[in-house]
Amino acid sequence: MDLNLTAPHSMGTTIIGVTYKDGVVLGADSRTSTGMYVANRASDKITQLTDNVYLCRSGSAADSQVVSDYVRYYLHQHTIQLGQPATVKVTANLIRLLSYQNKNMLETGLIVGGWDQYGGGQIYSVPLGGTIVEQPFAIGGSGSSYLYGFFDQAWKKDLTEEAAEDLVKKAVSLAIARDGASGGVVRTVIINKDGVKRRFFPGDALPLWHEELEPCNSLLDLLPEPMST
Amino acid sequence: MAKAAVDVPPKGGFSFDLCRRNEMLVKKGAELPKFRKTGTTIVGLVFKDGVILGADTRATEGPIVCDKNCEKIHYMAPNIYCCGAGTAADTEAVTDMVSSQLALHRYATGRESRVITALTLLKSHLFSYQGHVSAALVLGGVDVTGPHLHTIYPHGSTDTLPFATMGSGSLAAMAMFESRYKEGMTREEGIKLVCDAICSGIFNDLGSGSNVDVCVITKDGKDYLRNHQLPNPRTYVSTRGYSFTKGQTEVLSTKITPMKEKVEIIEGDAMEE
Repeated sequence: MDLNLTAPHSMGTTIIGVTYKDGVVLGADSRTSTGMYVANRASDKITQLTDNVYLCRSGSAADSQVVSDYVRYYLHQHTIQLGQPATVKVTANLIRLLSYQNKNMLETGLIVGGWDQYGGGQIYSVPLGGTIVEQPFAIGGSGSSYLYGFFDQAWKKDLTEEAAEDLVKKAVSLAIARDGASGGVVRTVIINKDGVKRRFFPGDALPLWHEELEPCNSLLDLLPEPMST
Repeated sequence: MAKAAVDVPPKGGFSFDLCRRNEMLVKKGAELPKFRKTGTTIVGLVFKDGVILGADTRATEGPIVCDKNCEKIHYMAPNIYCCGAGTAADTEAVTDMVSSQLALHRYATGRESRVITALTLLKSHLFSYQGHVSAALVLGGVDVTGPHLHTIYPHGSTDTLPFATMGSGSLAAMAMFESRYKEGMTREEGIKLVCDAICSGIFNDLGSGSNVDVCVITKDGKDYLRNHQLPNPRTYVSTRGYSFTKGQTEVLSTKITPMKEKVEIIEGDAMEE
């Protein structure tokens, strides 16, 4: 077995951002791995940048942390100079700037989500090369490949807050079920004009999909009848 | 190391050209000199009143144990300590460097150091060296904002956790933590669990061994328990010391070669006394 514990930390991830009627819902799993080892099973991949803008991180953990630390620092300065909260667009553009100018050094895909008084709830995706795309919903990380079809079918315009959060929760749990590099709990962040709500759903609060088993304390419980000696 | 998406010469920062050359040479079969590594088990956990750090004391050089009782819990600040795994020189250098930066920062501000400051200094250094400084750290301490425990990886990524393990014995130690860690443990329960986690590394991981070091940090101060447990004592030491009677080693043959007079005066007089 090659665990490869010296590999850089990467977040084989599922990250999601969805706009709804009044704002945005961001979602992510919580697995961080080094090679085959789960280095952190309860990590937080949705980082706060300002009061009203959050960032979903995927790819190299070190790279995405550095990018978000720099962007948070610049945005604090920007907010003081401007005298009002930074917009989601400005935030996304700063992230793009760093991702594009250092594209040969960085290996990170990011989804920015937030609410501001000018544009309402917005989602921007900044994938590997450092381009910027505004989307009504965005998915990222290794788990996203299992979700394109699902989102094409399930995403609707002007969802309610509950429906949007349920969609995100369902999508992340689906990706966790199929993607080996995603796992743990589902974390969500809801941002609208009233502020921010953070929630997390542990494994036993998620729906069970095809061939998944009910949680149990011992594998022996799964046997149809007790083993005879 | 993160594979560059596009091969463009970097416009700033450090040059890692020689590192890439060395990687290529290793791939072609060249052998690099061995460094003293700490194939290690280091752990930390948050308990009711603060943080407990733990480490084994084995240092290795390839397959050889080169230090049987080294110190892996490094001083950062009076209220912050840091366990190091990876290349011994790197963990030592990086913790010393940051602890001096923290000391200067304390003189400048007149305030107690914070764990987050140490964390940021460490991660920014490690990130700028792109994983070539191989230091994997468990940072713990208590500051004005409460107890904190972080792990830092050689590439500069960090995690914040209630319990953490690092090094080659991290899997064995994590198994103990995952099965027995609870929130709000007492000091005694915490030390016991840390010791058991380190011992599981010592006994099940080849890279770890010898003794258990523990460091308990609370808001009232630190308690560094050097060699808190000695699960591998030397059992073969004679209390009377070693003395052998003559004739223990058999003499097979004896040959005596007399010393030759080699000094010869070719010119002038020999000095008179």
